[in-house]
Amino acid sequence: MFARIVWLVLRKDLTVEVRSLEIAYTTLFFAVSCVLVFAFALVQEGRAPEDGAAGILWISIAFAGTLALGRAFERERQSETLRALLLAPSPRPAIYVGKLLGILVLLLAAEVVLLPLVALLFQTNLLAHPFWLAAILLTGTLGFASVGTLFAAMLVRARSRDVLLPVLLYPITVPVIIAGVRATALLAQPEFEVALVRFWTALLVTFDVVFVTLALWTFEPLMTD
Amino acid sequence: MTVDFDDLTVEDVSRTFGRRRALSHISFRAARGAIVGLLGPNGAGKSTMIAVLATLLRPTGGSVRYGAHEAGPHGPALRSAIGVLGHDLFLYPELTARENLAFFAGMYSALDRHAAADAALQQAGLADRGDDPVASFSRGMRQRVALERALIHKPRLVLLDEPFTGLDDASAAALLARLRALRDAGAIVVLATHDLELAEGLLDQAVFLRDGRMVHAATRPEGLRATYRSLVGADFSRPGR
Repeated sequence: MFARIVWLVLRKDLTVEVRSLEIAYTTLFFAVSCVLVFAFALVQEGRAPEDGAAGILWISIAFAGTLALGRAFERERQSETLRALLLAPSPRPAIYVGKLLGILVLLLAAEVVLLPLVALLFQTNLLAHPFWLAAILLTGTLGFASVGTLFAAMLVRARSRDVLLPVLLYPITVPVIIAGVRATALLAQPEFEVALVRFWTALLVTFDVVFVTLALWTFEPLMTD
Repeated sequence: MTVDFDDLTVEDVSRTFGRRRALSHISFRAARGAIVGLLGPNGAGKSTMIAVLATLLRPTGGSVRYGAHEAGPHGPALRSAIGVLGHDLFLYPELTARENLAFFAGMYSALDRHAAADAALQQAGLADRGDDPVASFSRGMRQRVALERALIHKPRLVLLDEPFTGLDDASAAALLARLRALRDAGAIVVLATHDLELAEGLLDQAVFLRDGRMVHAATRPEGLRATYRSLVGADFSRPGR
């Protein structure tokens, strides 16, 4: 039952997105603009600041992710379809997981475009360790999106939701962003320190477990009333 | 688990939002095969009452009983027996009518959600438009899809909030016929409306609300407009249609 509802919600979200491409276009445009602005500002005479690429990558992911979260729930608000989802007898945490996975897929797709762009503009070899890079991006994005999905759902009826979402989201996800930046920066170092990468990745996994568990636990009571 | 029930009892229900009292000591009872009208002007508390009955809002005072069950512990099971057509239509405009209906049939655990969607499209008279996006539909067509979405799991309790808004006369007549059919099939229908002209002759019970308070209740009500005028002191036109 739980998995079936997750799949239904995820498939519905992806179908709607494939038809409109609204979130994909706005998220990508914003993220690419962000990377370009930072590249023009920071890369001087062909030399980029050390570890700058990792920071810019994660800032772009965080900013674009906030935009995607807001739009994903604005869509549910317009025809009050979130109410319809909550009226169904299905477990509400399954609805949360379906929405979370939809956001995650969109952000990971954006990262596939962002990565080569950041690597090229900041002349850094981010792709030297693809397995670790994939693990860091997946766990970091999951941590960010898990908190973001919960807050975006909570704020869907708030009048100033566009302001409140980043105000609430960024302070809580700062540890995820820091761990993501440190782990990604290590991948571009000439000497690959696997123990340190493993440490930061484990930290990201810990954040994921804590955030997803808390979100699953609180989604039902927060969405009732 | 599905909870079945033969009656709905609203007992002394109040609901506040901060310091604002949206509902104050509302009581009524409805049995199977009855259409209950919640009548009153805008801001009377009709939509809040519908949200409470739908288990979306908890009453701050009093209780709602579905047969022998209360919403709190039986929320999900009760929701499988409740269908809601809100003022907003609860449809995804980017999806086709068939996709919308199949999605919600799945959310209500239909055994064959595609067959359920096809049957609902037939019932709505939109079988030939099933693969068109809902965004391309007129208000009346969307309303028909939305009604079938609300009924796709064959609910015992049907809650409708201003269902006549935006309907032309033919669509309104079709909706009235559908509501009578639901009553004949044994459903409890609760209808919030300020359209007295259409509600006239349809209701088995009427509950008049004003400023969140129940000002009058009647069984087999007749002369709704006159009753309302005497209770509230204002006439109803047919706003929003």
